[in-house]
Order: sequence, then C-alpha cells, then structure tokens
Amino acid sequence: MDRKKRDQAYNKYVNAKIPKTRPWPSLFNSFWVGGVICCLGQGINDLILLWFPQMAEQSAWGYTLIVLIFFASFLTGIGVYDKIGKFAGGGSIVPITGFSNSISSAALEFKNEGIIYGMCVKMFTIAGPVIVVGVVASIVVGIIYLFI
Amino acid sequence: MMKGQTIFFNNKPVITGAYSIVGPKEGGGNFGEYFDYVMKDDRFGEETYEKAERKMIHQAISGAIEKSKIKVADIDLILAGDLLNQIISSSYAARDFDVAFLGIFGACSTIAESLAMAGCLINGKQCKNVVCSTSSHFSTAERQFRFPLELGNQRPPTSQWTVTGAGGLVVSQKGHGPVLASATFGKVVDWGIKDVNNMGAAMAPAAMDTMLAHFRDTGRSPEDYDLIVTGDLGKLGSEILIDLLEDNGIKLGLNYNDCGQMYFTRKQATLCGGSGCACSATVLNAYIIKKLIKKEYKRVLFMPTGALMSTTASQQGDSIPGVCHAIVLECEEE
Amino acid sequence: MYYLWVFLIGGFICMLGQVLIIKTNITSARILVTFVLIGVFLEAIGVFDYISEFAKAGINVPIIGFGASLAKGAISAVKSKGLIGVFTGGLEATAGGIAAAVGFAFLFGLIFKARTKK
Repeated sequence: MDRKKRDQAYNKYVNAKIPKTRPWPSLFNSFWVGGVICCLGQGINDLILLWFPQMAEQSAWGYTLIVLIFFASFLTGIGVYDKIGKFAGGGSIVPITGFSNSISSAALEFKNEGIIYGMCVKMFTIAGPVIVVGVVASIVVGIIYLFI
Repeated sequence: MMKGQTIFFNNKPVITGAYSIVGPKEGGGNFGEYFDYVMKDDRFGEETYEKAERKMIHQAISGAIEKSKIKVADIDLILAGDLLNQIISSSYAARDFDVAFLGIFGACSTIAESLAMAGCLINGKQCKNVVCSTSSHFSTAERQFRFPLELGNQRPPTSQWTVTGAGGLVVSQKGHGPVLASATFGKVVDWGIKDVNNMGAAMAPAAMDTMLAHFRDTGRSPEDYDLIVTGDLGKLGSEILIDLLEDNGIKLGLNYNDCGQMYFTRKQATLCGGSGCACSATVLNAYIIKKLIKKEYKRVLFMPTGALMSTTASQQGDSIPGVCHAIVLECEEE
Repeated sequence: MYYLWVFLIGGFICMLGQVLIIKTNITSARILVTFVLIGVFLEAIGVFDYISEFAKAGINVPIIGFGASLAKGAISAVKSKGLIGVFTGGLEATAGGIAAAVGFAFLFGLIFKARTKK
C-alpha cells in the first residue's frame, strides 16, 4: 500500500479510537476557577482604591496585576499552582497568574543548571513567545496608528 | 544463525539475577508488593532528579549482581541505556563500576535491546556474565520532553506517566533462573503519528511488525505463550495493537497484556498508563521473572516498545518512529 | 453587583481557553499567545474599553488585558511622541507586569525547588 495513504488511514483510525472524555466537568471547572481569580483581582483593585482613593485607575490596575503575579509566583514556588492548573486547565492558564506561573515554573525547573545558564536563560521557555508576539503586535498597532 | 529477524539461543543464557527499584508512586501501583526496593522520596537523597536517576541505576546494577551471587570482577560487560540525552544516567552510573561498558539507546525498548545483545554474547560464549540495565525518571523525562514540573497544565487523555525506576539483570552462561530462548529484533516503523502525547499509537505499528515477524520466524502462535506482554503501549496503544493484529489474522487472547496498562491503579489517574524504560524493565524483574522462577509461567513473550522521538524532530514537524524487540523467556528445565 | 459580571465574563474567557485545550490539545504557550493577540486586537479596534467598563477585572485579569495594555501603550505613545512611541509604548505600559513576573520568578526560583507531580 502507498505509504502516505497508509499513514493517513492510520491517523484517521487512531483519532476515532481516542477515548472521548466528557468536556463539561473541565469546562465548568475552568469557568468557575477563572471567574474566582478575576473576582480576586477585582477585590484587590477595590481594596487598593479604598486605601488610596487619590490613585489613578491605571496605576491601581498595575498594582492589582503585580499582587496577582506575586501570589501566583509564590503558589508556584510552594508547589500549589500546578495542582490548581491540573484541576482548572484554562481557568488558571488564561489569567495573568498563568503567565506568572509559566515564568516561575521554568525558573524553578532549571535552577539546577545554575543561576545564569539555567534559571535566567530558561526562564522564558514558555512565556517568551507571549512577550515576543505581544511586543511585535504592539509595534504593528503603533505603526498603523502612526499613519491614521 | 539469524532466521528472518530472530536469533535462537541454543546455549540457553540464564538470567541469574534481577533487581528492581521504583519511586513512591510506582510502589503504590499494582506491582507495589513485588519490587525489591521502593524509594520513599524520588529525589533519593540527591541534589537533582538526574543524579537520583543515576543512583537508581547504580543500585539496580549492584542489586542484580548481588542477587546473582557473583563478584563485580566476574562481569564482562555492562549494557545499559536510558532516556536522557547522551544516556547520562547509564554512563555516569557505569563509571563507578570497574567494568567494560556499552551504552545503548532504544528509548523504552532499551531493556529488550540489551537483553537481546546479552543473549547473543552469552550464547556465542564471548562473555560469561553480562549486566543489562535501564532506568527512567518521571521528573527528568518531563523536563526533557515536556514542561516544567510546576507548570499548571492539564495532561491530554492519551498521555502516559513516565515510570520512575530502574531495573538490572545479570545474564550468565551458568547458573539457575529463567533462560533466554530467542530474540526477535524489530525494525523501525513509523506510521505517521505526530502527536507527542500519543506514544501508544505511535508505537503500536512497531509492536505489530515485530510480533508478526516473531510468529513467522518461530512458526508459533499466541497460544504457545503463557503471557505475551508489550512494554508501554498503554491502554489506547494496546487496544490498537489488538486491532492491527486482527487485521493480519492473528487474535490475541487473554494471555496478552501491556506493562504500561497494568502498572498503575485506576485511582492514580495516569490516563493511558505507565511508560518509560523502567516501565517494562521493572515489571519484568519484579513480576515476570519471579513467576518464571516459580514456574507459574512456562514461556513468556516479552516485547518492550520504544518511541524514538526527539523534541527537535517533533518541532520540525516530523512524525514519531517506533521500535520493538521481542524476547522469549522460558522457565528453567528440570 | 458588578462582581457578578466580573465572575461571568472572566469565567467565560477562561472557559474559551479550556475549549481551545480540549478541541486542539494546544499547550500553555500557544493559549497565552492567542489571548494576548485577542487583547491587542480588541484594543486596536477600540472595543476593549467598552468591555472593560462593565467587565472590569473580568477582562483585565485574563491575559487579554495584558495584550490590550501593550496596544494601548503603543497607541498613546505614538500620539504623544510620534515614531519613537511605536517602539517604547507597548513595553512601557506593561513594564510593571513583566518586571514583577520576572522579579518574583527570580526570587522564588532562588528559594524553592521544583517537586514531582503526584
């Protein structure tokens, strides 16, 4: 049999054979965990504005995100965030805390190879593309706005 | 002489010692009571997981030598391999033994590759005693092939759990124990599976290919074995293998199982089961060999499967080739 | 009462991420990239602020907010500084988040060790 045809047929057969898991429990978990993380962010934001009423809204958001990033990083360090992630999936990847987790987890993982060549070099193995793509996209948007 | 892909060992190389060491999660699995040593902590008192894996393979080799009641000086050769780049666990463990060393790589099929080579060397009377060993560690494999341990991600339903453990065997010309009857060397088979989280499907065609070659070369059928066991096809992969063989007119019965599928309990939530070099090696050493010694099994077809994947090749869009070697183990004759 | 909106919208966005995971098996890095791009796009067409008004943290905490800040920074910097803003704007606006993520990762990386999953 033609090799390409055989491979295609086999891939098709395997895809049909893969056990289908019910999506609803994981969708539900990601929904409520994601919602709770966002509410925590809102709570932190409201507290900051309550304690420092004169603060500009933009910097209040800045502090909020920094606090969330701190907690996510800490929870990664003590080995809790991966358990949340296993349970919630997208619920803990999509919020900014997931970004923080991806950097912290890489830092923890590769510290054995030394601070410079391990931790610092490998810190962005997962989050790197986020920053690269984000910055490139912002440059594109900036150029577009430059001409309109 | 080789017949097809199979070599028959007429001088009956004997497995005189077999030792298994596993991590705490594996110790809580279905084979928990059979292992020689269960680590309390999978860092094994070392600074890094890589060093822990090295220590495991070291202990597996020493343990097997001790069980076979020979001295290290009587060992002619160590054949070992593992999953890490440049097979560092094996070679670094071997530097502590004053014995000639051959590093081999067959991914998760390594133990069969080393047993087959040991069988040839002993059968041909080139060596008196050969040590075979292999290891894998969940945490070292995870960082090399997948993601950082603390990353909060979910494992896809087809994924398997790399077994933390190591196995060592001594194959000798003389002594008591199960014998190696034949070895069927497998071809590299690739049916175009690209999903790195679906190793079972990538390896199943290789297992089929080797099994067909084995039955063709030996003229036997599945009923001639008390147990036919594949390495780490997992739940999905072994179901695929059964289907593939049925297409080729061979029906696997209740005597067929898969080490990866049997390894963990349902509660341990490893999805499709165990994988890794140690998966088949520790099941062989802890369970199958003990059953052969007790003569509860007369003849076993042991065929670990290996996914010869590399992150570089995968990222370049290549599919995952698989390989599978089959070893026939028989209990000692009266 | 607006906490309900925060919860519902934030939860919905995260659930979209989970849908992507189930449907395509994509990894964390790809999910994050996708949502950052969504954020950049929403801000570039000027929709983000309208959503942000009632969704608040529901859209600012998901990484969409990070993408929106990148675009928002670039746009306002271009308006005030011209060409140089194209390059300085995006990172300036998100410097806090990136520096915090890197800084805390460095700190906790020094303190803690990675553990095997159970």
